[in-house]
Amino acid sequence: MKILVCMKQVPDMESKFKLSPGALWYDTADLAWRMNEYDEYAVEQAVRLKEQVGSGDITVLSIGPDRIKETMKKALAMGCDRGVQVADDAAMAKDPLAIAGIIAEYARSRDFSCIFTGMQSQDRGSGQVGPLLAEMLGLPCVTTIVDFAYNAGEYLVKRELEGGVRAIVKVKGPAVFTCQLGLNTPRYPTLPNIMKAKKKELLTVPVAELQKLAGQQETTRIFFPEKKGGGLVLEGEIGALADQLIAILKDKTSVLA
Amino acid sequence: MKMLLVAEYRDGKLLGSINELLGFAAGMAAEVAVFLVGKDDTLPKFAGRLYLAEVEKHLEYNPDGHKALLLQAVEKEEPDLIVFSHSSYGWDLAPRLAFALGASQISEVVAVEGGGFIVPACNAKLRRQVKSLTKGTVLTLQVGAFPAADNSDTPPTVVPIDTDAAPLVRFQGYEAAAEGGVDLTKAGVIVSAGRGIGKPENVAIIAALAAALGGEYGASRPVVDAQWVEHNRQVGTTGQSVTPKLYVACGISGAIQHLAGMKKSEFIVAVNTDRDAPIGEIADVLVVADLKQFIPALTEKIRSL
Ligand SMILES: Cc1cc2nc3c(=O)[nH]c(=O)nc-3n(C[C@H](O)[C@H](O)[C@H](O)COP(=O)(O)OP(=O)(O)OC[C@H]3O[C@@H](n4cnc5c(N)ncnc54)[C@H](O)[C@@H]3O)c2cc1C
Repeated sequence: MKILVCMKQVPDMESKFKLSPGALWYDTADLAWRMNEYDEYAVEQAVRLKEQVGSGDITVLSIGPDRIKETMKKALAMGCDRGVQVADDAAMAKDPLAIAGIIAEYARSRDFSCIFTGMQSQDRGSGQVGPLLAEMLGLPCVTTIVDFAYNAGEYLVKRELEGGVRAIVKVKGPAVFTCQLGLNTPRYPTLPNIMKAKKKELLTVPVAELQKLAGQQETTRIFFPEKKGGGLVLEGEIGALADQLIAILKDKTSVLA
Repeated sequence: MKMLLVAEYRDGKLLGSINELLGFAAGMAAEVAVFLVGKDDTLPKFAGRLYLAEVEKHLEYNPDGHKALLLQAVEKEEPDLIVFSHSSYGWDLAPRLAFALGASQISEVVAVEGGGFIVPACNAKLRRQVKSLTKGTVLTLQVGAFPAADNSDTPPTVVPIDTDAAPLVRFQGYEAAAEGGVDLTKAGVIVSAGRGIGKPENVAIIAALAAALGGEYGASRPVVDAQWVEHNRQVGTTGQSVTPKLYVACGISGAIQHLAGMKKSEFIVAVNTDRDAPIGEIADVLVVADLKQFIPALTEKIRSL
């Protein structure tokens, strides 16, 4: 069974972001990078599927500059068999259509039985790449899955709706799934697997070979949301902070009365 | 300006999200038509055409069939904007429709400004202004970002639509969210644990403060996903919506899906090491501190009051 996982490297969301007005995005200097949280579930599910069927071949694909290789190595250490870096220094300026188009171009002739993506990225958050990719390849797609089972060419998945309700959906493969938080428990790569991952194939394909579609939207401005203010910010020594907060709670709420 | 708004139907009911879409359209003085796969006994109220497909035949989840139906409505209306709610139905269907139309899709719009659409980025720490380069544009609107329209008394003009497009996926029905245990919606005080608690042992610190305040403890999603806390304590769009007198968010960044479940609390305190965490935007008080030190100290002082 051939499986494709689409993965994105994103900054740690606790970073102090600076803007790069020229690039119309955040400044990429001095950020800590990691695997998009939603994609960790995608990688894990791919590895579990391979383990279940007993054989298989997992390709993890990621689009971006050389620094993404570090994160791809984590996916390899989690159990993917090969990495494909689509080398693109301008990836962060691309819209979901252009990104999905690149992946579709790679996937089209390769007969994947199952494709996993995260339901969205933590930085852009458009949530479009998975379903767009499925449309481009003419495959069925179920988004936001929190449960996944495979049996004899058929998938039984649950997609999460508002309020924690789940919709149960059956699909015949090949198919695309976008993974929601909590789908599984992503494994931590073990040291032996990190060592093994160093020997796995990590191919680089120039983006020009795969990009056939132009984007259809453009970012025209990047900015910080206006602080609405009102809220009080307390900083200082722990004991004094606790006293201050207690005084406020006594004054503004009835919970300590 | 002409808009086609996409209403949602779930478990035999029309969802209220259509009122926010109508409010958005009214704010832009747009002429509207609405699309619904539903039933004629629960129709949205507005003056205009309603493209209605039978839910018995086309099901509540059947993206390929719904896309085919939507394409018929789009062909008849030729709207400038096709507008969905950024919901599990909307973010699933919108990109498929956009692709079929060759239109761009802009996700989770929170405002309209300067001929572009404003969307959040990086867990609401940043905003982008995005412009569409295609003739028609598909939007999904962040839930709660636009005021709901007043219900009009005029019933719509129903235009029935149908298709024989075969579904690619087979919807089997719903599974209810896990029930039982604590009912957070009744708690007067809720102290919630976020990923910032670091490890499962620290749930006890949060539970102790909740007990000292005579309340309950809750959690953000990662804490529930990691199974440190049971699901019925999760606050947010895919958990509970709560309105206590006091909500204390500990080590919670303030993602929109969490805020949706607690922003109507009467008084909100956030404890976070990150001064820029988005939770600060809605908190009445943001305490910039390490919760592992601050919460036990606070609990101690409250106990000895
Ligand atoms: C469709 C959908 C539905 C969702 N539904 C929900 C939902 O119902 N409920 C929900 O909560 N989320 C939901 N989410 C997830 C949501 O987007 C966020 O990922 C989640 O809320 C983040 O949880 P968090 O704030 O605990 O973690 P993080 O975002 O990782 O934030 C951790 C915070 O802890 C702070 N911190 C770290 N260490 C310390 C310390 N020692 N002391 C103090 N502060 C510290 C950090 O500064 C940071 O702000 C949903 C997401 C999607 C896509």
